[in-house]
Amino acid sequence: MPIISVENLKKYYKDVKAVDDISFSVEPGEVFGFLGPNGAGKTTTIKMLVTLLKPTGGTAKIVENDIVKNPDKVRNSIGIVFQDPALDDRLTGKENLDFHARMYGMKKEKREERIKEVLKLVDLEDKANSLVKTYSGGMKRRLEIARGLMHYPKVLFLDEPTIGLDPQTRRSIWDYVKNLNEKEKITIFLTTHYMEEADFLCNRVAIIDNGKILVIDDPSNLKNKIGKDVITLGCSNGEACADLFKKEEWVESIKVHDSSITIGAKEIEEKLPLIIKLADKNNIKINSIDIRKPTLEDVFLFYTGKKIRDQDAAVSIPPRFKRRFA
Amino acid sequence: MMGLNYQAIYVIWLRQLKRFVRDRGRLISNFIQPFFFLSVLGFGLGSAVFSGLPSGVTYIDVLAPGIIVMSIMFPSVFIGLSILWDRQFGFLQEVLVAPVSRLSIVIGTTLGGATIAIIQGLIVMLIALLLGVSINVSLLLVLAFAIMLLTSFVAIGIGLIIASKMQSIEGFQFIVSLFIFPLLFLASPFSPLQSLPSLLKTVAFVDPMTYGIDGLRATLIGFSYFPVYISFSVLLGLSIVTMLIGSYLFSKSEV
Repeated sequence: MPIISVENLKKYYKDVKAVDDISFSVEPGEVFGFLGPNGAGKTTTIKMLVTLLKPTGGTAKIVENDIVKNPDKVRNSIGIVFQDPALDDRLTGKENLDFHARMYGMKKEKREERIKEVLKLVDLEDKANSLVKTYSGGMKRRLEIARGLMHYPKVLFLDEPTIGLDPQTRRSIWDYVKNLNEKEKITIFLTTHYMEEADFLCNRVAIIDNGKILVIDDPSNLKNKIGKDVITLGCSNGEACADLFKKEEWVESIKVHDSSITIGAKEIEEKLPLIIKLADKNNIKINSIDIRKPTLEDVFLFYTGKKIRDQDAAVSIPPRFKRRFA
Repeated sequence: MMGLNYQAIYVIWLRQLKRFVRDRGRLISNFIQPFFFLSVLGFGLGSAVFSGLPSGVTYIDVLAPGIIVMSIMFPSVFIGLSILWDRQFGFLQEVLVAPVSRLSIVIGTTLGGATIAIIQGLIVMLIALLLGVSINVSLLLVLAFAIMLLTSFVAIGIGLIIASKMQSIEGFQFIVSLFIFPLLFLASPFSPLQSLPSLLKTVAFVDPMTYGIDGLRATLIGFSYFPVYISFSVLLGLSIVTMLIGSYLFSKSEV
């Protein structure tokens, strides 16, 4: 029995189909991710699932409650971390959690116990009584995650949980998310436009673009489908090195960097002896070799024909969206 | 869900108060501003002669209720601004996604705003007493308190209406200077209503704040244009109407 089941969900605005007829389901305990560029419809989908926006058509059930017919029951069973920080920075961390607990009607003893528990989970016990405006970006995120967990939700929604954070902090947020998925046995639905994030956290990923789901699968399957290996050779003269392999028929793609080249090909392990021999024969010194499977970045490229990062700046959001999402 | 969530109402009220108390700058200016208005205007214009002041009533007595209403009106209207602020900084989403009726949110917000407004009004009343305004200390103070509360509700209702129609903080501030300042100044806060020329008097009659100021003059200093029951009834009616419209529009607004 899926914990989230979405059927033909749509959200149309006058000039845009923000979410265009999507269906999918999420099993209990899963970490399920929506991967796509800005403006793909990720946040709109989350806002409909958490009952903040009314769908134009279709519906979804969360823990067997319909998001349109039974929004209040849905609200009780979910926790949300919004894309933009939604904390009161003139209250302390603890007061923010207390506000939330009371909004969800939690009793006094339960409240205090749970506040301690979630603060411990995100390592914020020391800062509990400081005003939120003294928190760093990563701490604010952790506090929001803790808050999302306060009322024992069955599903936790994370909308771009690490956007705007530095790589180190991002990494630590990932660990927290993974940890709570295991410890609290909570189902997690997240959106992201970071490949590594989807890859690291998600059991299954849906690639979404222009309001449509293109494919759903687990990250390794997605990557295997491309069926191509990638090898990076470190060499002092990239151009010369590349010339060596350009004429080889097994090479599918070749990219030259300053002091390395990247070659895409099938079953590249078997070509390794050949590569070394070729280089040796032509007196080209290879400093390092790195063979890897394609990343989700490659997968996204494969399914959409474009790179996710190129889009970040180029996508223009219609003004009426900006107001809603900003 | 149209039921009331008392815990939610309480915590929304509590949040407003905590923010108010922690805002030092605002607290200090709440003392200083009315003090200057009362002392500078009161003593400065005290020697000017207004027609129709009965003996025993000085200019500063007439002025004090005007300044009290001013200090109630602005924090009340600005409740609307605080909602826009929460919208801008995302906190409103946290509030709206909770399993709590919109009505509870409106009530909590309103009670928070009214509490702050009343505290400010009482501070000004205290300052007025210290400056020698002859305030009737009697049972009428209870009625004065009720008039302050109703005035605050009317202003909060107006604030909610503006906030539901405005999407930006800038827009709200524009409306405040365009609409809220006249609302105060046309209610004759600095002079007795009796001394206004007839055109201004007519305008004052349709200004809700007039009834707050005149009602307070009736109850606090015993000198007013209308009998107190008229001011009271008008305020009661208006506060119901503006609060209803305000909460309706707020409950319809999307994130």
